[in-house]
Amino acid sequence: MNCWVSGVAVLGAGLPGWAASEAVLAATAPWNAGDVVPPPPALLPPTERRRTSPAVRLALAVAAEATAGIEDRAALETVFASSNGDGAVVGGILEALHDPAGVALSPTQFHNSVHNSAAGYWHIAVGSTAPSVSLGGHDGSFAAGLLAAVMAVTARGASVLLCAYDLPLPAPLAAVRPTGPGFAAAFVLRPERDAGRLASLSLRHVAAPMPAAPPGDALDALAEGNPAARALPLLRALAARRAARIALPLAADAHLLLDLAPC
Amino acid sequence: MPDRSRLWPLSLAAATAVTALGAGIAPLRRALHAREGGLRPSHFPGGPEDIWVGQVPGVEAVALPPALAGFACRNNRLAEMALGSDGFAEAVAAAVARHGPERIAVVLGTSTAGIEETEQAYRRRDGAGALPASFDYAGSHDLQSLPAYVRARLGLRGPALAVSTACTSGARSMLEAASLIASGLADAVVAGGVDSLCRLTLHGFASLELLSRGRPTRPCAADRDGISIGEAAGLVLLTRPDHAPPGSPLLLGAGASSDGHHMSSPHPEGLGAVSAMRAALDAAGLTPGEVDYVNLHGTGTRANDAMEDRAVHHLFGDGVPCSSTKGWTGHALGASGAVEVVIAMLCLEDGLVPGCLGVAERDPEFRSAVAIANEARPVRRVASNSFGFGGSNCCLLIGQAA
Repeated sequence: MNCWVSGVAVLGAGLPGWAASEAVLAATAPWNAGDVVPPPPALLPPTERRRTSPAVRLALAVAAEATAGIEDRAALETVFASSNGDGAVVGGILEALHDPAGVALSPTQFHNSVHNSAAGYWHIAVGSTAPSVSLGGHDGSFAAGLLAAVMAVTARGASVLLCAYDLPLPAPLAAVRPTGPGFAAAFVLRPERDAGRLASLSLRHVAAPMPAAPPGDALDALAEGNPAARALPLLRALAARRAARIALPLAADAHLLLDLAPC
Repeated sequence: MPDRSRLWPLSLAAATAVTALGAGIAPLRRALHAREGGLRPSHFPGGPEDIWVGQVPGVEAVALPPALAGFACRNNRLAEMALGSDGFAEAVAAAVARHGPERIAVVLGTSTAGIEETEQAYRRRDGAGALPASFDYAGSHDLQSLPAYVRARLGLRGPALAVSTACTSGARSMLEAASLIASGLADAVVAGGVDSLCRLTLHGFASLELLSRGRPTRPCAADRDGISIGEAAGLVLLTRPDHAPPGSPLLLGAGASSDGHHMSSPHPEGLGAVSAMRAALDAAGLTPGEVDYVNLHGTGTRANDAMEDRAVHHLFGDGVPCSSTKGWTGHALGASGAVEVVIAMLCLEDGLVPGCLGVAERDPEFRSAVAIANEARPVRRVASNSFGFGGSNCCLLIGQAA
């Protein structure tokens, strides 16, 4: 399965957007961990903007950056992939359900608890009626999202925005599902070469465990702690404009094999 | 642009449903013909008062195999019931024997996975607020627990995806399944959806004032006042037609869209619903006049049913009968689209249009051909709608074997 990468974005610890992070990702500048502060989504009207949680802001920040300047932004199909979804909202509801004073859920919190809330806000933000799918996937959520996105390109001829994002969960869920600092990445994938193309990408599924990865640097280590940060090898190869073969874990006994060739 | 014939049609080589009517297709079929619904006054622990629900009898008693005990939760117990119904697991085993386990994928939709297990774990937090050591997050709460359980239980080695697009999850899984087959990554896909009763959704829909009170849901009725939540599992085995038993019904096409309008209210004119239905018709190469019955999303809320009536009338006029079957099953959220594929298969097989249950008077404003009594008539093709929060829309077209 082959497609073209024609847009990319990142937001993570010490990675404040693609343009500001390219040198760090390419290892030509040092990486320093920092806080991840997703900005309020400027694309949404103020009433909707106020209702967005940190997870939605994280997702929308990379979706907006990856599609900035793309004329057909509203026509892109979307794939949103997240292991933890909106854990803060779900955690808040779980707390409210066990409030000794009685159950009083916020209706806004409830409709924000669906796994496709980030997708819903994105399509409102850009006025898009294009199809959208939201996936879980636990530690394999980035690979699952990439697989679905590449399939939409190759099987349905769609141009696709893939957005992967994950934030740590609140207590007490954090203790049973530890997650590293917030991370999000987005890619625009297309069936045909376009002027904005960055690389060609081919993907196949391998029904075997991931081969052992060579030891990486401190930035690579983020991928261990946050499912969305599993995008780092792809982001780093794109930033360095180098050809790369990348294995991504999909399950304990399966992985994806990517071949990336810069344009 | 890829040729749509690479994607469609697919065969529904096997199917099963577990609903409030019971485990398997037989009780669902009997109830549809007898017009006996599965909704009952709710006694769900800690749930809202004065509502009716579609609770599956016997879920609590289902045991998972000891080797997969970490997956124990209400949602996976529902999945286990489905795997044991209608020879579903045996049909998958035959596909494994034919194609190999690495060639069978799993794509399942769920909105809340095993969160009912998390709710129980919250009740058992210790003095410091920590969850009990026995709580298995990945096996229950995590969305991937559902496809991972089904994949492990069936001994499959293909890709497993967890789709979670609110109430379109079960329907939308079919589109990803079709893409897996068209891409050459799988020869057969276990697709569908499972969602289970939990306090989060019961109280959540109550907070939005979208639950029917004191009586069961009455979709499309003049006096409809909301949803009755249900739980269910709907599973299908999708293959290319030449790999399915002769005469298997077909998934003729699927279409999806987004509203881009509001998080929990549908577009009032149903623009997203119309474009999803149109996309499904285009995928199947059909015109609206070739559809014999529309199985509505029909949740029983004022807004959904009014929007859907406008959308269906826009495409189908008043010549194609339509109805919601949620009066039988309740709204099984992320499983509803998959259960309604199974209902569509029954309608094809039995020549049945199941009129909305419990409706004394249709909404007089509605212009589409809403059926409120059962009609026996030839049904060759069914359109099945699913819509969800976040503005997610999906339409499936199910047809008799060619």
